[in-house]
Amino acid sequence: MAEKFDVIVVGAGPSGNAAALRLAESGLSVLQIERGESPGSKNVQGAILYSDALEKLIPDFRDDAPLERHIIEQRMWVLDDDSFVGTHYRSDSFNKEPYNRYTMIRSQFDKWFSERVQKAGALLICETTVSHLLLDGQRVIGVMTDRQGGEIYADAVILADGVNSLLAKKAGFHPELKPKNVALAVKEIHFMPQEVIEQRFGVKGDEGVVIEMVGKITKGMMGTGFLYTNRESVTIGVGCMLSDFKNQKVTPYELLEQMKQHPSIQPMLAGGEMKEYTAHLIPEGGFNAMPDLYGDGWMIVGDAGMFVNAVHREGSNLAMTTGMHAADTLIELKAEGKEFSKANLKRYKARLDESFVMKDMKKYKNMPEVFHTNPQFFNDYPDLISQAARTMLTVDGVDKKTKEREIRKSFRQRRSLFGLMGDAFKLWRALE
Amino acid sequence: MSEVPAAKKPLGKKRIELDDRLKAYKGIWVFIEHERGKIHPVSLELLGEGRKLADNLGVELAGVVMGVPNETTRSFCNEAFFHGADLCYLMEDELLTDYRNEPFTKGLTDLVNKYQPEIMLLGATTLGRDLAGSVATTLKTGLTADCTELNVDVEARSLLATRPTFGGSLLCTIQTLNYRPQMATVRPRVMPMPEKDTSRTGRIIEDKLGMFEKDIITKVLEFIPDAMQDKPQLPFADIIVSGGRGMKKPENFKLIWDLAEVLGAEVGATRPVVQAGWVDLERQVGQSGKTVRPKLYIAVGISGAIQHRVGMDASDVIIAINSDANAPIFDFAHYGIVGNAMTILPALTEAFKAHLATARKAG
Amino acid sequence: MHIVVCIKQVPDSAQIRVHPVTNTIMRQGVPAIVNPYDLFALEEALRLKDEYGARVTVLTMGPPMAEAALRKAISYGADDAVLVTDRAFAGSDTLATSCALASAITQIHKDMPIDLVFTGKQTIDGDTAQVGPGIAKRLNMQLLTYVTKVRSVDLEKHEVVVERRSEGGVQLLNTSTPSLITVLEGTNEMRFATMANMFRASRYPVKVWNREQAGIEDVATVGLKGSPTVVSKVFAPTPRAVKAEIIQCESNDPKDLSVTLLAKVFAKYPKLEKEIAKSA
Ligand SMILES: Cc1cc2nc3c(=O)[nH]c(=O)nc-3n(C[C@H](O)[C@H](O)[C@H](O)COP(=O)(O)OP(=O)(O)OC[C@H]3O[C@@H](n4cnc5c(N)ncnc54)[C@H](O)[C@@H]3O)c2cc1C
Ligand SMILES: Cc1cc2nc3c(=O)[nH]c(=O)nc-3n(C[C@H](O)[C@H](O)[C@H](O)COP(=O)(O)OP(=O)(O)OC[C@H]3O[C@@H](n4cnc5c(N)ncnc54)[C@H](O)[C@@H]3O)c2cc1C
Ligand SMILES: Nc1ncnc2c1ncn2[C@@H]1O[C@H](COP(=O)(O)O)[C@@H](O)[C@H]1O
Repeated sequence: MAEKFDVIVVGAGPSGNAAALRLAESGLSVLQIERGESPGSKNVQGAILYSDALEKLIPDFRDDAPLERHIIEQRMWVLDDDSFVGTHYRSDSFNKEPYNRYTMIRSQFDKWFSERVQKAGALLICETTVSHLLLDGQRVIGVMTDRQGGEIYADAVILADGVNSLLAKKAGFHPELKPKNVALAVKEIHFMPQEVIEQRFGVKGDEGVVIEMVGKITKGMMGTGFLYTNRESVTIGVGCMLSDFKNQKVTPYELLEQMKQHPSIQPMLAGGEMKEYTAHLIPEGGFNAMPDLYGDGWMIVGDAGMFVNAVHREGSNLAMTTGMHAADTLIELKAEGKEFSKANLKRYKARLDESFVMKDMKKYKNMPEVFHTNPQFFNDYPDLISQAARTMLTVDGVDKKTKEREIRKSFRQRRSLFGLMGDAFKLWRALE
Repeated sequence: MSEVPAAKKPLGKKRIELDDRLKAYKGIWVFIEHERGKIHPVSLELLGEGRKLADNLGVELAGVVMGVPNETTRSFCNEAFFHGADLCYLMEDELLTDYRNEPFTKGLTDLVNKYQPEIMLLGATTLGRDLAGSVATTLKTGLTADCTELNVDVEARSLLATRPTFGGSLLCTIQTLNYRPQMATVRPRVMPMPEKDTSRTGRIIEDKLGMFEKDIITKVLEFIPDAMQDKPQLPFADIIVSGGRGMKKPENFKLIWDLAEVLGAEVGATRPVVQAGWVDLERQVGQSGKTVRPKLYIAVGISGAIQHRVGMDASDVIIAINSDANAPIFDFAHYGIVGNAMTILPALTEAFKAHLATARKAG
Repeated sequence: MHIVVCIKQVPDSAQIRVHPVTNTIMRQGVPAIVNPYDLFALEEALRLKDEYGARVTVLTMGPPMAEAALRKAISYGADDAVLVTDRAFAGSDTLATSCALASAITQIHKDMPIDLVFTGKQTIDGDTAQVGPGIAKRLNMQLLTYVTKVRSVDLEKHEVVVERRSEGGVQLLNTSTPSLITVLEGTNEMRFATMANMFRASRYPVKVWNREQAGIEDVATVGLKGSPTVVSKVFAPTPRAVKAEIIQCESNDPKDLSVTLLAKVFAKYPKLEKEIAKSA
């Protein structure tokens, strides 16, 4: 006899875990299916955890979640071939509990999260891939897995299967992903003793540093690099649009290799032992590329629904929040004795519209387009800014005023005054 | 040890006073393994190592020979003397024809209880591991498997058995303090073969097994020998050409075979290559493969991971070819060429060919 | 037929790191897996179950998290699972481990008589291949190591015929049950779990036994106390003092490099030249 549940959640990433946790806590029967060997084994993230979304789900998460370091310093670097200009913002206010942001290692975090979900009563089955959705006409009535005797039924299925949701695509809920709507990120974890990290980054205890990088490291492609300090390791990575990788004919691996050789970056990794190399897609199409989010008996949450704020590198928090709202929608309907029809699931979208999720998605909806059509942000500016800094800081008998003039000139040579103003305007418009 | 904890407090200089029961145990034993009329070379290697330990402790080195009553079995005692033993315990019985756990465990346990050696070494072969594990449990004593180094703390009369741990990334030294004998197994080719000295002789002490066939439950129905012709004998090869993942494609492995043919060498490989199915499992060199000690080891496209290194570190001359000048293999090879294996290998094969041709002409 | 399979949860040693300064193991994030060798033992037991009908009980001694290993075994088709866990077991070496497992097997036997005990060839963390023989000796069972195949089982005559790898060949052995078999790797391939078994595994209530429940009365036989061996030192291998001499020549032509290499090698090791001539 095939099994039947109130809800099946596909995927045990942050979005799936959030949904399953909420549902199980409310007493619905939940089955969660994850294709990885364990939750988190296939997942990739930088990773910064924003406390806010998780706090709503698990208020006491700080007690036992595997958090690495809380961020007390954010650096922003613009790199050219052999130097960088940057800002460092460090504040002791970040050192006050409860902390707002942490670094974490996804494989451990997901495992912890999933244990909470299972304790709440959801049934988890790993190493099992959902191959397609079972449909009765337009209505989703369950899932089919890749195992013998693999059909399982449910009143609703939540698709939390991450970027490039094959299930949604197969069922026709989601169009093919376009290369210009996804970034490909690669990252490595370099292990080194805790003392080395503390010394190198000027931190103590659980304090951590985040470095965001733009510039020549991406070879003119639209993308950014990042470096995060964990307890006993440093995460380094870089991500660029898939379409750019295709055009530039560099492999992500080569890009990261070269980035690691950068004279400003290399010393931060020296002596470390590289253990984990992973590549993953990030949906960066934004609001304009979002698929339908619900239908008869189904909902999409997290990366599968394009819920990523590329500018602020937020994803997991949107994933958790969308997962939570999807679950709350079902819980509410169930309490009212209503079925999980398309008409009723509309409430999910309404909830999202109310929350910061859709507001942010809308606010940044033009960002991807601006960057796509204006390569100078990743090409010319890093060079110019870095040149400017070098000119100002080199002591060579030239007065500062002349130097400033030279800098302005060089900016204008590469990019007309109108161009410069236009760029500023474009950014402002996209962000507004 | 089923799990190696991080090092406990070092034992330091604390004097360990052996109690009288343990003091009664004296001498070093090496179990002489043989099958189908031949001594396993690992036993001779162990005699070489045992000799050193015995000299350090000022005790005798004994071989233990168990087998069918015949000349061949007796001749193993002489082999043991030639390789360093002072005496041999000889147990001859029809029941010891083929290796079976029960009679061998009983025989060896009885010998130990009667003659009380302080240290007993066995080869880490299928036979040796089967027997050592059983005898150690019957005697309720400690056993350290797959040692790579043996030493003694003369004062404490304690065997310092060193072996890889945690997937080979670390070594640990293990001691059996309050139990005797102290047992250890060592894999073939880890220890060098001692010089054979045919002028040496020694005493033979004979003993009886005292068992009947009807007491033995397990019966050997048949022995199916391996087809020997095409089985590579890596551990005893004088020259080995090994390829790693740097060979990139199974087709490229032909370059390895070509060089091996010119040199009359065996072909070895790293684990990823074996797992990818490019070559036979028998050819894997390293911690979970074979330990080799050839006169010449040529490592091509091999990074030199510790798990590979432990299997070939004892080679007389190591030549490495790797495109990455920072590859760890260059830390312990004797000679290195930094470059693309696919272009270097054919050239090297030609160079060897030419060299051998002139060498032959020269006589 | 009742078969007990001993499995162990081990850290995936491929992912273990060593602190470069203190030489301690950095365990953070190292995933735990079922000792890969034990899966061959489990699959061999499941094959017997398919052929003759059997109850397969998996047994492990380890920390509470080792439960995951047992659950995995259930998903492949094992019927029952017992986790023996107690602080008293900490620091057990092979002798103490086999003592604890033997005792637990005796308890399982009381519930339903056991015909066969299976273990893997060895673990990837301990790597000793001694626990199997140790259990057999304690339980006074026939011991068959490095078995590549169980050919037949005759339950009425209490007989089993196996193929055993030995130096230079394969022994065909007949023995009586109950006996303990350690299974060689590569002898079979683990099956793919069915959906129904996946459900069973996630819902299965693993039996958790402490020392007393496992029938161990004397604390001195397990843990550190019951372990004759002690680890006195853990250290990193010493790097070789001299690094490789890198062959260089102006042209950097493979041919010149090769010739230069051989000239250097044979100048330093003239005997080697003769050896090669001999073998070639
Ligand atoms: C390099 C990188 C850095 C990032 N940095 C940050 C950061 O610093 N902060 C931040 O908030 N976000 C960051 N993100 C984004 C964040 O990781 C994602 O937004 C978040 O993981 C989305 O969660 P999810 O649950 O929707 O999807 P996922 O985490 O991808 O989870 C989907 C799960 O579904 C499973 N699955 C997929 N298909 C199937 C199937 N058919 N059957 C069964 N299971 C299936 C997968 O195995 C996976 O476990 C980063 C992403 C990347 C790639
Ligand atoms: C418990 C355990 C047991 C293990 N047991 C063993 C064992 O018994 N034996 C074993 O070998 N491994 C073993 N390993 C695996 C071991 O850790 C390494 O992964 C393995 O040895 C690496 O094999 P490799 O050198 O072929 O591959 P890699 O490490 O990938 O190295 C390939 C090398 O080829 C070089 N290269 C690439 N292209 C070229 C080119 N064109 N020309 C020249 N060079 C090139 C690269 O620079 C690199 O150095 C074990 C691991 C574990 C965890
Ligand atoms: N803690 C344990 N629990 C269950 N089985 C074990 C345990 N330790 C070892 N074994 C079994 O004994 C075999 C040999 O282990 P080892 O002697 O550690 O190499 C393994 O393959 C397992 O089948």
